[in-house]
Amino acid sequence: MKGRSRVCTEPVWVRAILMIVALGFLAVFLVLPLGAVLYAAFSKGLDAYIAAVREADTRSAVRLTLLAAGIAVPLNVCFGIAAAWAITRFKFPGKRVLVTIIDLPFAVSPVIAGMLFVLLFGAHGLIGPWLLGHGIKIVFAIPAIVIATSFVTIPFVARELIPALEARGPEQELAALTLGATAWQTFRRVTLPNLRWPLAYGAILCTARAVGEFGAVSVVSGHIRGETNTIPLHVEILYNDFQYQAAFAVATILIGIALATLIGKSFIEWHAGRGRPSH
Amino acid sequence: MSRGVTWITILLLAISSLGMGCSSEKDGKGAELLNVSYDPTRELYTDLNAAFTKAYAAKTGTTVRIKQSHGGSGKQARSVIDGLEADIVSLALAGDIDAIATKGLTDKAWQGRLPERSAPYTSTIVFVVRKGNPKQIADWGDLVKPDVKIICPNPKTSGAARWGYLAAWGYARAKLGGDEAAQGFLKALFANVPVLDSGARGATTTFTERAMGDVLIAWENEAHLIALHGGDAYQVVVPPRSILAEPPVAVIDQYATKHGTAEVAKAYLEFLYTEEGQQIIAKHHYRPRNAKAAAATKLPTLELFTIDEFGGWATAHAKHFADGGSFDRIYSR
Amino acid sequence: MAKQRRALPGFGLSLGVTLAYLGLMVMIPLSTVVWRTAELSLGQFWSTISSDRALASFALSFGAALVAAGINVVMGVIVAWVLTRYEFPGRRILDGIVDLPFALPTAVAGIALAATWAPNGFLGKYLHAIGIEGAYSRLGVIIALTFIGLPFVVRTVQPVLEGLDPRVEEAAAMLGATRLQTIRRVILPALRPAIVTGFALAFARALGEYGSVVFMSGNMPMKTEITPLLIMSKLEQFDYAGATALALVMLVVSFGILVAINGLTWRAAERRQAIRTPAEPAPTAVPPGAASAGGEL
Repeated sequence: MKGRSRVCTEPVWVRAILMIVALGFLAVFLVLPLGAVLYAAFSKGLDAYIAAVREADTRSAVRLTLLAAGIAVPLNVCFGIAAAWAITRFKFPGKRVLVTIIDLPFAVSPVIAGMLFVLLFGAHGLIGPWLLGHGIKIVFAIPAIVIATSFVTIPFVARELIPALEARGPEQELAALTLGATAWQTFRRVTLPNLRWPLAYGAILCTARAVGEFGAVSVVSGHIRGETNTIPLHVEILYNDFQYQAAFAVATILIGIALATLIGKSFIEWHAGRGRPSH
Repeated sequence: MSRGVTWITILLLAISSLGMGCSSEKDGKGAELLNVSYDPTRELYTDLNAAFTKAYAAKTGTTVRIKQSHGGSGKQARSVIDGLEADIVSLALAGDIDAIATKGLTDKAWQGRLPERSAPYTSTIVFVVRKGNPKQIADWGDLVKPDVKIICPNPKTSGAARWGYLAAWGYARAKLGGDEAAQGFLKALFANVPVLDSGARGATTTFTERAMGDVLIAWENEAHLIALHGGDAYQVVVPPRSILAEPPVAVIDQYATKHGTAEVAKAYLEFLYTEEGQQIIAKHHYRPRNAKAAAATKLPTLELFTIDEFGGWATAHAKHFADGGSFDRIYSR
Repeated sequence: MAKQRRALPGFGLSLGVTLAYLGLMVMIPLSTVVWRTAELSLGQFWSTISSDRALASFALSFGAALVAAGINVVMGVIVAWVLTRYEFPGRRILDGIVDLPFALPTAVAGIALAATWAPNGFLGKYLHAIGIEGAYSRLGVIIALTFIGLPFVVRTVQPVLEGLDPRVEEAAAMLGATRLQTIRRVILPALRPAIVTGFALAFARALGEYGSVVFMSGNMPMKTEITPLLIMSKLEQFDYAGATALALVMLVVSFGILVAINGLTWRAAERRQAIRTPAEPAPTAVPPGAASAGGEL
């Protein structure tokens, strides 16, 4: 224990038990399910695995997933920056309500989230009939998937930026302004560079969630094979088609993305100095 | 930071391409059909679509691309009503298509437009048991034995479950005399059901992959598919009496007209009744209408009663599956 | 209204964008729930949400979420403790894996859990042998919810644990406290805000969860049917008003929990501001991942 005096550590047997409990818990709840997926994915050999991943419907699912994430993430990054700036740098009434509303998509069940958009854009929805009359199809088509994905990932970037901006305080920006910088210059050269790591972190979390969203997209997608299925939906379809090995194989794509997310996160944490020695 | 400008540019480009993407539906070259179908017909339509595309191209020179969507029958009907632009629906029961017709999406007299009440094939509900039939399931009555676990999808969402429910009801009503007794029978039956999946295929997965239950109540075609895939781990048990399920098909006029695919859609459905179509249907363990194709299947004859015994789907739905119906009463305290 | 002079620019733009986006993406969709539910009379609304099936699903959803969040509190503190205080090979990797439920799509989590806990699964078969159903039961729901809530308590407690001043512990030991007393009376109270926040986050997350639970629960009405599934069921039966009525209840509760979490967060932040001495500079790099509550002592 780095620098910790002997009087501040537990006896060996306590440490052993705690470690066994903690590691056992993680092993049973995390590692085993992961292993089960990997085992099933490769159960028919490498060739079958590659075939499943390269199949046409899988590829179109990957394309759709990337499209949805590719729109949802930048959208929510811009929103996160705007919201964090407004909330941390200014005083106005209703700030707490605003923060709570931003957090709301986080707590709304994905099924409800999807249902909201069916109620809004469906053929019998609030503005659905008007849109359909003008040839704009939202529900059961790609736009709804993008919108649903954007909805569920709204809080991620904002939640990272708000504490970061708050901790930093406006001193640097004020200094820049007094030195003659314009608002945009200040923003671009003082604020954003400081936010680099929280921003990247939030974007990574946002991307992970966008790629993996299932419930909301399931409600608004028409499950049209090869067209309105994201990777998670495609996994479900394969699973239901008796193609278990293929389902798990495609699932490994998602696991790969998840692991990449975790690695990216660790990288950022390491860079941002999380491994500070305790004082 | 110029990275921000880059982001915004990408964002705007993405949004504009999205906007272009969502308003253009037809791409003009060849026709596109969307077939919204019920859960277990995946393999069937893969083959049917390939055959139809070939035949139609040979006849008219147009290449047709057919997109498929599958799910629980009730769920699919809801999607169509909510805006899923199906040119064709092929659902598990007439009641679901009636619901679509009631909303004005297609002709209320849709069922008369094709032969045999618009059902190009029939099927029935049978049981799948594990190798050796350890629990000795032979008839509906065996399902309520105390140590039997049944896998059945949710009648509220699955067509298979609704047909199965009515088949059980029909058996009980005849055997035990009257609807009261039948209600009690169904209650005992569902007491033996540990899992309710939303569609027929989900139930199959639970029974096979997750190894739950002693018996699966399934479509006949699904049962044979399971037996085929499972080596000899599963057996199909056909009860002496079951319900005649007539899964119908229909063109959804509103969307087919909008897409300009009315002709192709009609031709597609008519293909299902042709010799070639019927043979593919037979190959997938359905009961085709065509006598010659039917003879080629080796499906057993059993005593079949129809939905008319329940007064048609509208009556059956109101009595059993609507809120407060007999299925809800099974679960109320 | 007189234009308020603000030192920093961009108020109008940033607030405008924020309000517009939230209005379009969050408030308008949420209002459809109210609009649709309003189609029901008060009596119908009440009978929908108080029907046997609805009440059973609420009991399961809330109950299982509570239990799962509770398990995660206990195990989360232990895991955070082990990860911050002990050295062992593979610690970094394990630390990274803790976030897996957060990054993994719920559907994949669902089938992975089902593969593990079903009667023929890796672990499920042992449980099945002793008569416990790991999947397709209420236990299955709890397992799924524990899985997805795992990172929350760990990640809110970890930064606080790391930031704890060991001198306080040493002082307690110096003054004669046993290790257990130190932990109970010095360390745990310091962790309490973070634990509560982590619990609330895990609970809120578990409450709405659908994708993973649907593969692990049996979806039996009155027994293993969670509320989101009941909502889906009602949707598929064209009972929109009923579905939105149930959704409204869940939304109100979720909103309430969020307000509670944020209230705790703000109070903790204010306390932190108040006790920060002038000599201590504000931190220049906030460790990413630290939730707003739970900072240095």
